[in-house]
Amino acid sequence: MPVITYRDALNQALREEMQRDDRVFLMGEEVAVYQGAYKVSKGLLQEFGEMRVVDTPITELGFAGVGVGAAMVGLRPIIEFMTWNFAVLALDQVLNSAAKLLYMSGGQFNVPIVFRGPNGAALQLSAQHSQSFESWLAHIPGLKVVTPGTPYDAKGLLKAAIRDDNPVCFLEGEMLYNTKGEVPEEEYVIPIGKADLKREGDDCTIVTNGKMALVAMQVADQLAKDGIHVDVVDLRTVRPMDVDAIKASVEKTNRCVVLEEGWELAGIGAQVVDYVQRECFDLLDAPVYRVHQADVPMPYAKNLERAAKPDAAKTIAAVRKVMYLE
Amino acid sequence: MAKKKPEQTIRSDAELNRELLHSMLLQRRFEERCAEAYALGKIGGFCHLYIGQEAVSTGSLSVLRPDDYIITTYRDHGQALARGMNPRAVMAELFGRVDGCAHGKGGSMHMFDKSLNFLGGHGIVGAHVPLGTGVGFAIKYRGGDQVCICFMGESVVNTGAFHEALNMAGLWKLPVVYVIENNRYGMGTALERASAIHDIYERGASYNIPRAVCDGQDVFAVRAAMQECVDRARTESLPTLLEIRTYRFMGHSMSDAVSGTYRSKAELDEYMKRDPIMLLRMHMQEQGELTEDDLHKLDDAIKATVQDAWDFADASPEPPLEALFENVLVDTTSDAAAEAVAAD
Ligand SMILES: Cc1ncc(C[n+]2csc(CCOP(=O)(O)OP(=O)(O)O)c2C)c(N)n1
Repeated sequence: MPVITYRDALNQALREEMQRDDRVFLMGEEVAVYQGAYKVSKGLLQEFGEMRVVDTPITELGFAGVGVGAAMVGLRPIIEFMTWNFAVLALDQVLNSAAKLLYMSGGQFNVPIVFRGPNGAALQLSAQHSQSFESWLAHIPGLKVVTPGTPYDAKGLLKAAIRDDNPVCFLEGEMLYNTKGEVPEEEYVIPIGKADLKREGDDCTIVTNGKMALVAMQVADQLAKDGIHVDVVDLRTVRPMDVDAIKASVEKTNRCVVLEEGWELAGIGAQVVDYVQRECFDLLDAPVYRVHQADVPMPYAKNLERAAKPDAAKTIAAVRKVMYLE
Repeated sequence: MAKKKPEQTIRSDAELNRELLHSMLLQRRFEERCAEAYALGKIGGFCHLYIGQEAVSTGSLSVLRPDDYIITTYRDHGQALARGMNPRAVMAELFGRVDGCAHGKGGSMHMFDKSLNFLGGHGIVGAHVPLGTGVGFAIKYRGGDQVCICFMGESVVNTGAFHEALNMAGLWKLPVVYVIENNRYGMGTALERASAIHDIYERGASYNIPRAVCDGQDVFAVRAAMQECVDRARTESLPTLLEIRTYRFMGHSMSDAVSGTYRSKAELDEYMKRDPIMLLRMHMQEQGELTEDDLHKLDDAIKATVQDAWDFADASPEPPLEALFENVLVDTTSDAAAEAVAAD
């Protein structure tokens, strides 16, 4: 199976879906002539032309709304945000237009649109450029929220997102674009809303999503050396959340750690813990622990940034805690 | 593209005038009953009446084709009716009933009718303007010759969404007519207290967009101005910023007194001398197109239509509780949609 980068996997998904359906177009800042701020749209302008690969001014609120309007009358826009940090300016269109129109119109107008771009912290970009938005978006009924962690998941889920007749927020990882993984040559689509068991073990469950799936896999591999075997439940989609997969794993392991990139309060992990305490109350051998970003804006200095971010060491410590090894 | 001369459609023949009068009077009588229904608690929430502005909706929409698109604000009953929405479906929506156009999910501010390309009333000031630009983008993308009309109040020109949307329309030359219904006030804030520029159609200059202004109490003036904008959009794929100067005769919404704090009774009385329905009626009477008897018959027929809408809405059931969780998401994909089309 070919090994390609997360970036190329996304590029393949875009290209294949644009070839398949001429209602699909890509719009955003620097997507065309510049070939994408992170080069995800490389070559698309040349292949599809400027009507389907559209550079916009720096006008997030505006072009997100342009996408929604176009989707209402039958096109299938892919709106690229240079990063999700900037998509906050467009949140009104995501929250009040895209997510609401089907409901408010009594089912008359669905909005088949994908909002996509890099999410979460990279390296030393400081407070305004290092934020994870999945819990914000997951709060909103009327949206689907997808956070792939690997090239395989990125391609299969982006194709599903583009084909979905609902608004889908697709959160990529800024640090993931260069990561590599196996991606089959034949076509495949991954259903939205299904978790993936990325590692298997009986001792503890780690529930995670997005970029943190990679950290969780590292943790699993490292713990395995000490004879501790963990399930890594990669949610992949945070809305809808695959609660059956969480439950199935915790029923087996009786212990759970939730690893997420964002802040603690009202985070994705809080929701996971809510499910686990209700669905698995009698099965738990220990309280559920959470690993997340420190409750501060992201600092710039290397050592502070490291201290703020969730990582493998913090996750291992949490697993050892729920196993009463510490 | 060759510049086609705009088609002359500003007929002032009796038949057309009767249609215009019917459209405007229907909105008026309908909304008078809305106020009554609101007082009775049959309509809830925010309810913004359009009374005084009917020449804008009727005049504007009278020059459109059925395949053109309309998008608007929460002050949307008049435009919905002028576009041809069934008064029953509008009233039932206002009453929060299952036979409403949105099955009771939207209410006063969110009238939608896909079959009429009526893309809804939107409740966040300014937010629907980029959507209008997106509809224009889709028209151009498909190489169509439809036009999108995007209505908004004059307060919208101060929002970022307006600026962003018009800049893209000017940049990409999209077939959208942005209609500012300048009724002088955004809630209680007069235009002069909110906008640094008072001739707000001039804002089109910032986006290299053709611009115009017209009298919104004279339905013929609205039609003429709109026809020019629509022709420009259809034949040259160019946007226009059209300011239509009008006045609302009611409070901002049902909770706002008609006059008192931010505008005087004297000002209101002055503007009411130019009631758009009265102006059209007087014109028609002067032309000998309308007798007192004709007028009474027309009015009676319209009142009966509105009563029928009321009775229909009143008899319509509340939405079933299962509806609560319906229409949050659709469970189709583009594959399923393609199959459905193929199966037709
Ligand atoms: C973004 C936003 N801010 C505030 C409001 C509350 N609000 C609703 S209507 C309105 C006044 C708008 O006036 P204008 O655009 O002139 O339209 P009109 O009501 O006169 O038709 C305000 C402030 C809102 N709905 N959205």
